[in-house]
Amino acid sequence: MARPVIPTTGEKARWTREVLEPTLRKSPERPGPFTSISGRAIDRLYTAEDVAGIDTLRDIGQPGEFPYVRGIHPTGYRGKLWTMRQFAGFGTPEETNARYKELIAAGGTGLSVAFDLPTLMGRDPDHPLSLGEVGKCGVNITSLADMERLFDGISLADITTSMTINSPAPMIFAMYLVVAEKQGADWKKISGTIQNDILKEFIAQKEYIFPPRPSMRLITDIFGFCTREVPRWNTISVSGYHIREAGSTSLQELAFTLRDGLEYVQYGVDAGLEVDDFVPRISFFFNSHSDFFEEIAKFRAARKLWAEAMKTRFGATDPKSWQLRFHTQTAGVSLTAQQPYNNVVRTALQALAAVLGGTNSLHTNSLDEALALPTKEAVTIALRTQQVIAHESGVTNVVDPLGGSYFVEALTREMEQGTLKYWDTIDRMGGMVEAIELGYPQKEIAEASYQFQQAVERKEKIIVGVNDFIQENEPPIEILYIDDKASGIQLARLEALKASRDNGAVRRTLDALKKTAAGSGNTMEPMLECVRAYCTVGEMCDALRDVWGEWEETPII
Amino acid sequence: MDRKIRVVIAKPGLDGHDRGAKVIARALRDAGMEVIYTGLRQTPEMIVGAALQEDADVIGLSILSGAHMHICPKIVELLKVQGLDDVLVVVGGIIPDQDLPKLHAMGITGVFIPGTPMQHIVDFIAANARVRSDA
Repeated sequence: MARPVIPTTGEKARWTREVLEPTLRKSPERPGPFTSISGRAIDRLYTAEDVAGIDTLRDIGQPGEFPYVRGIHPTGYRGKLWTMRQFAGFGTPEETNARYKELIAAGGTGLSVAFDLPTLMGRDPDHPLSLGEVGKCGVNITSLADMERLFDGISLADITTSMTINSPAPMIFAMYLVVAEKQGADWKKISGTIQNDILKEFIAQKEYIFPPRPSMRLITDIFGFCTREVPRWNTISVSGYHIREAGSTSLQELAFTLRDGLEYVQYGVDAGLEVDDFVPRISFFFNSHSDFFEEIAKFRAARKLWAEAMKTRFGATDPKSWQLRFHTQTAGVSLTAQQPYNNVVRTALQALAAVLGGTNSLHTNSLDEALALPTKEAVTIALRTQQVIAHESGVTNVVDPLGGSYFVEALTREMEQGTLKYWDTIDRMGGMVEAIELGYPQKEIAEASYQFQQAVERKEKIIVGVNDFIQENEPPIEILYIDDKASGIQLARLEALKASRDNGAVRRTLDALKKTAAGSGNTMEPMLECVRAYCTVGEMCDALRDVWGEWEETPII
Repeated sequence: MDRKIRVVIAKPGLDGHDRGAKVIARALRDAGMEVIYTGLRQTPEMIVGAALQEDADVIGLSILSGAHMHICPKIVELLKVQGLDDVLVVVGGIIPDQDLPKLHAMGITGVFIPGTPMQHIVDFIAANARVRSDA
């Protein structure tokens, strides 16, 4: 990492000579290294000289004004607080439905569905790789019947739902739409988000099914379909969260995520869509990690980079296309199994960084998540953490309270410049799809992840309770234990479904889906027909596997 | 001369979170072991097959999805069938305390939860892997 340049003239140089150096001679600083959690060198002091060259009006602007460094809303959180959206799901649809009703009763303002691995990977519960995974990391959804159970008694016209689903996003989204239709809700009015971000799956989380190019087509099909039919739906949540969890630096998270966003816009344009017709429905999802100021700078830089790229690269003219909206989740990877109550503090600081960075919605992790899925009590503390920040800390009284801080503005600019450099490299490879095929972002992340682990091993980075301040004989805490009940129930339901549905309709609709996939029509319409015929997620994904094949990566270590 | 310890690092099941598997693979390699990383979505059969083919001394499983109590017994059983009882099996990931006695009973004593120092894992494997000389 480059050290900051030490100026030789100016006020900072004078202070260094006259005040700092005599002090250092008497009492030296701690050994350091004084670096961010991403390994970025941080100077001891930032002054007006560090932000020289920043034109406040042009480069930062005011809240609600281009380039939106200070936020997309003129009133910040005085108008509307962020949405407190807690991600949840486990076991059977009924168990998760009960948890949602509790979250709504506790003051949660949006739902967020966590699916289990078989659903995320487009496999039915009876597939050999689903062994032991049904209902474990999230809720199992096999067919429309499960989606009906999941939202039983919850009016989709009155709530927004975020669904963390990627490869099978079109199938799950189609199920949601059919449930809404059955409830009598108007597709033109319902809102929510599907993650639908396949690029970060190839880069980081690895929940891909089909190769990159047909995967990109499924996404542009959704863009096109929603523009016409579900105009308030957020069609994609371009995600840095998983890139960061895979061990990237803060800068890599920012650069790769936004570059993924540019790739989706480019593919949408190439598919014949008008930029201002679909870009306003693109949203983002970032991680909020432990290095407080670096994260705040990341969020602020993200808004500027997106606004400028939409305006100059794509010629967007609708301010809604320029305004980057994002969800944030605190960093799961920062949670420790050791002394788990410390995780409440970590999460609170990370949540505060997200709020000071102007997040539009937030999930706070629970203290026990390095051990298991969270208990109800742990989830409540996590939600209360957000409520304390919102209602007690006072930070919501003022818009972008850190704007103008020499350090924060200098760091925001550094994040911006670093991102542009990464974009340049990726552009030269031909784009993000090409960069992924070359393994470029994967290699960058693997390297950063290893460097960080080495720094922890050497104790250059201290993790409280893990490599310092260790406590022997910790008493265990209560955790949620997910048994295998869901697996038996979902398997029995699958068998009953196959015996009771119209299997002729299943075959016909799956064939129609394959035909569209092999051609160039929009896949959403035949997908909706499959869902109405109660085809399973596994059957619909298999139909597309038959046409497009499956993606296999070359592992990089 | 003793040959290098050969380790197969595997990601069983459907989960793709491979940061831990990759970091440990590299740490073991840096510690002088021969490391074979299988990549993602391996069935127990594929993992034991890889161990057999690679003449591995150690199988390291990375499981974060909660499926460990299905996957671990299957692998131990398949190793027995193949006559590979002396292959050391270690597991890293999100493993609740209450599963430890059962894992120990099936011979899996190296269970490493998040936050375990890399050196600790390296030392455990070095101390417990079978020792063999070059033929």
